[in-house]
Amino acid sequence: MMGQLLASQFFYNWRRNLSAIAGSAIILVCVLIVLFGPLVSPQNPYDLTQLNLLDSYKPPAWIEGGDPRYLLGTDGQGRDVLSSILYGTRVSALIGIAAMLMACTIGTTLGLLAGFYGGRLDAFIMRVADIQLSFPSMLIALFLMSAFGTGIDKVLIALTLVGWVVYARTVRGSTLGEIQKEYVQAARVAGLRDAKIIRRHVLPNVLTPLIVIATVQVGTFILIEASLSFLGVGVPITQPSLGLLIKNGFDVLFSGLWWTSVFPGLMIMAMVFGINLFGDFLRDELNPRLK
Amino acid sequence: MDHQSATAPLLDVRDLRTWFHTFSGTVKAVDGVSFTLAPGEVMGLVGESGGGKSVVGFSLLGLIDPPGRIEGGEILLDGEDIARASEERLRRIRGREIAMIFQDPMTSLNPVKTVGAQMDEMLRLHTDLDEGARKARCVAMLESVGISRAAERLRAYPHQFSGGMRQRVVIAIALLASPRLIVADEPTTALDVTIQSQILKLMRKRIAETGAAMILVTHDLAVVSEMVDKIVVLYCGRVVETGPAREVIANPSHPYTRGLVDSIPNPKHRKPRLAQIPGAVPDIRNLPSGCSFRPRCPRAQARCAEVSPALAPTRGTLSAACHFPILEEVAAAMATTGGERA
Repeated sequence: MMGQLLASQFFYNWRRNLSAIAGSAIILVCVLIVLFGPLVSPQNPYDLTQLNLLDSYKPPAWIEGGDPRYLLGTDGQGRDVLSSILYGTRVSALIGIAAMLMACTIGTTLGLLAGFYGGRLDAFIMRVADIQLSFPSMLIALFLMSAFGTGIDKVLIALTLVGWVVYARTVRGSTLGEIQKEYVQAARVAGLRDAKIIRRHVLPNVLTPLIVIATVQVGTFILIEASLSFLGVGVPITQPSLGLLIKNGFDVLFSGLWWTSVFPGLMIMAMVFGINLFGDFLRDELNPRLK
Repeated sequence: MDHQSATAPLLDVRDLRTWFHTFSGTVKAVDGVSFTLAPGEVMGLVGESGGGKSVVGFSLLGLIDPPGRIEGGEILLDGEDIARASEERLRRIRGREIAMIFQDPMTSLNPVKTVGAQMDEMLRLHTDLDEGARKARCVAMLESVGISRAAERLRAYPHQFSGGMRQRVVIAIALLASPRLIVADEPTTALDVTIQSQILKLMRKRIAETGAAMILVTHDLAVVSEMVDKIVVLYCGRVVETGPAREVIANPSHPYTRGLVDSIPNPKHRKPRLAQIPGAVPDIRNLPSGCSFRPRCPRAQARCAEVSPALAPTRGTLSAACHFPILEEVAAAMATTGGERA
């Protein structure tokens, strides 16, 4: 498996593409943070017993007045900003990935059904998708959040409802192309049920473009979640994401206490940038028209 | 209904009508087609594009999608009318009783699954064999269609095979569940001419070995002449001529069949220009009155515009739907191998 990957054209191109390597490296760091962040974190920023209010608003360690215990400074409650980022990255990334998986599952299923069966089902699903696309995704998310209230589960629902459309449309289009091909007819002629034809024959043939969409969407979702949290309708304060960290520091941003907002912001930027770099590489690799 | 089948027919199609109800009118793609097929018999279903040949094939399998519908007639498979069978029953018939081979081997295999997986799927669906037995069966079947190193090739993907090899795989898949009837829809049209005859010979041989009957759907009379026992010629959804293959090709009695036969190039009789049938297949939603072939027919007379001719015996073992069939035996341009003509 590993040997196969190393010998593949994909790996060959990857090794020669600097931005792909950079993107992969950033993603790898993020994955490590998600997996092991709490283990290496200098403090648990949500364990109140570890906080010391006397240490509030310490600047980063390299600036005068900084404390070597707090590399990136502290916030108003004396929380270590680095620790907050390590915990917050985890929340942000997991929300992005989980919402992507949900949107992908739902969107792909609906797209397959619409494309395979056509007719009224297709018209219904696609009209709902059109309506959804005519609203800015931020607006939909805001609307849903104000209806459901806040919480990680609500954020996930909102992102899923925003994100399924792009899968449904892509999959429907590819499905329409695939069912014209004789192997689908051949599967019917062999006596396979529709469900099996869709799952075993059509689905594997429409997956490739989804890999790119899914990758880039994780980045988009992280940004939307950050925006929602920044607006105060996202994750609860007990499980802050990077967006909420920015919001918390925003009040004092213009008092010169910039580090509480800027470092989480840089973390989001780096993460999304890495994902997009890798996503672009994937798009070039997987798009047969660019070969 | 016209034929002298001593044994009970495997397939007896009676007055099959498959229509498509479209916005611009009803397309009677198949309109009153009847034929019978004995076990082991190979039949050629011949006609121009748009003649309804493929629709007949799909009707047999109950795979006519809306707006199409089987409007009438019977499809008796061993006496059971499968035109009215439930979807559940049809699924058991497909692949197991009736298999189908498609035109384009480039797209009739799933590109993302190995050949072995696609063969195995067929066996899992239609047999109770365990995994080892299924694999052995697949290997044996691949070898029987002339693919060497079969066990190894089971792990290969379709794109690793050439067109002719892929069609061999398709044939192997069709034969896996030992169907009693194989519908081959233009099985060699997408292949190189050199490969065509190889594949045809292979099909003929394998089908004779398994004892299955076959319907070979094609627009190419030359293909048919090599391998079928009898021929049914379709024009605008109707049977215009039927009879034993040799007779139909050597001495057709319907002017349309005659035109088809004359338009086959024959190296023995080089002519400056190949004969052709004038005109084009009419719009099937808007057929001419009387005989559909009338506007293109050199023998048409006033009566042809009034009465649509029924299929009736014409000469020898032939039946044709024509008011003025060719009754004299003319040596056709294609006239058998070595046929000398003045």
